[in-house]
Amino acid sequence: MSDFRIRPAGDAALVVEFGDAIDRRHSELVVALAEQIRSERVRGVIETTPTFRSLFVSFDPDEIGHDELAQEIAAIFDRKTRLTPRKRRWQVPACYDPDLAPDLEDAANKAGLTVRQFAGRHSSIVFYVYMLGFLPGQPYLGDLPDDLVMPRLASPRPRVEAGSIGIAMRMTCIFPRPTPCGLRIIARTPISLFDPEHPDRRVIEPGDEVVFQPIDRRDFEQAAAFGGGIGVPPHLLEGVKDARFGRPA
Amino acid sequence: MSAFLRFLDPGPLTTVQDLGRPGLHSVGIPSCGAMDATSLQAANLLVGNRPEAGCLECAGAGPSFIVEAEAARVAFSGAEASIVVSRQDQSIAGGTSPTGRSLFLQRGDVVRVGAFKGSFLLYMAAEGGFDVAPVLGSVSTYVRGAFGGFEGRPLAAEDRLPLKRESVTRRGEFSLPLAAPEDNLKIRVLEGQQFDHFLPDAAEAFFSREYFVGLQRNRMGMRLEGLPLHHARGFNIASDGIARGSIQIPGDGAPLVLLNEHQTTGGYPKIATVVSADLHRLARAAVGAKLSFVKVSLEEAAASRRELTAALKGLPAQLTPVAEPDGLRPELLLEANLISGAVDALVA
Repeated sequence: MSDFRIRPAGDAALVVEFGDAIDRRHSELVVALAEQIRSERVRGVIETTPTFRSLFVSFDPDEIGHDELAQEIAAIFDRKTRLTPRKRRWQVPACYDPDLAPDLEDAANKAGLTVRQFAGRHSSIVFYVYMLGFLPGQPYLGDLPDDLVMPRLASPRPRVEAGSIGIAMRMTCIFPRPTPCGLRIIARTPISLFDPEHPDRRVIEPGDEVVFQPIDRRDFEQAAAFGGGIGVPPHLLEGVKDARFGRPA
Repeated sequence: MSAFLRFLDPGPLTTVQDLGRPGLHSVGIPSCGAMDATSLQAANLLVGNRPEAGCLECAGAGPSFIVEAEAARVAFSGAEASIVVSRQDQSIAGGTSPTGRSLFLQRGDVVRVGAFKGSFLLYMAAEGGFDVAPVLGSVSTYVRGAFGGFEGRPLAAEDRLPLKRESVTRRGEFSLPLAAPEDNLKIRVLEGQQFDHFLPDAAEAFFSREYFVGLQRNRMGMRLEGLPLHHARGFNIASDGIARGSIQIPGDGAPLVLLNEHQTTGGYPKIATVVSADLHRLARAAVGAKLSFVKVSLEEAAASRRELTAALKGLPAQLTPVAEPDGLRPELLLEANLISGAVDALVA
């Protein structure tokens, strides 16, 4: 087990830090520790929130104090518990079409590729889910290879559409709701990553893998016609096997 | 038949809130809920609701509305304000009441809330509650996520907010003391996750300086004004988790306190975290209010939490019947006209 340190984040949360930077090995430890705390049902813990390099643990201060909980967590490491993250791979349909993705042509140019090549390259990557955040259900996916790394836009767009898939630095994000955004939008998915009416259909979790499955404009429009992808009839996503909500590949 | 409150002017940021929906931080959803949970619980107790029931939270200024129900009972808590009830049917007088008590209302009553004193936040409970569907276990409005509460958004003029009860019975009304207004707020904090990102000078300055509550505030956070703080190691960090009450120092050096609708992760260094027992005190502070931060230990934070829990448990015992019968009181009607004129001027 690697080094970690536990620090308070107020009197109702603490942070277990594995490092300072975005690091896949740290992230895997974060996800595995989250899983272990969940399965051991540690007293007083409300929930665990994985982030790039640390695990944020919220607790009920009326149930357990910071020091006691920090000891419980340290004990998980002392027991040399084998932390094994479960891993699922999701296929997310993505339409790489300049009409839906305002920065696709620009991003392809920057990478020295045609739009078609860019789509092929981006959809060949097996992404790792570092964390969810910013918007409900929004995943941070890494890591982009060197040739696809580009900075954020100098000035953010006031609005991108729900389902927009954007890149910046080594990350790819999928935006579940319309939002102002500084990432380059290179594709759009018709599926919805989070539906507050059906929270049980929450899908992608930190530690999972995501692969984008290119779909054409016709499939995108048909799928999108069904309320942003929630309950999309499977035949509309033919060739996009198991891309539906709640069904890991 | 159905029962509604129809809003003439809901106020600048009026949302349905309860105690929030903890447990969804990992999906990117903050717990939301009332910024001053103590006053929300007081408002509920005054009308006989469960203390955690959904209320209206009004930030900065209160609503005006018309009662479209046979009868309703509401209670206001939090800010001090004059509640003016204009009544068509003179058999039971309208008039002016303070906040911190329950009020019996009848069809056609027009209720107007005067300027806030003592707190930035006012809570209004209705007997039986508002008829809005819980989302993910809570009726709290998540403005940025656009779900929960009334259509997932703050109330707008002409909204008709449904009440669960079509009518209520006449009974004695109750009052509860409002929290005393505070000047020169001393807010207790713990060292934040990135406390060591700051030069010792900056850390010391943070605790010795006075700050003022800035104009930029919403349910996500409040910006503080004062001399900027400098980071020792830059202002970008790899994002980590954010607690309610986290105090971030972005590039411009002006502290930003994150409140109930905060983003769940963030990449600015966090110098301190407000203890949970002081979050409502901070949220109550008016724009321009002066405050400073006091560093406390984990033990002191835990003790302050126990104190708050005990105070909340003691609330029901403080319910006091309102002695004065609701009779026609000419002196109050006169005052009502004056205040309602003032409110109209404010709203216009």
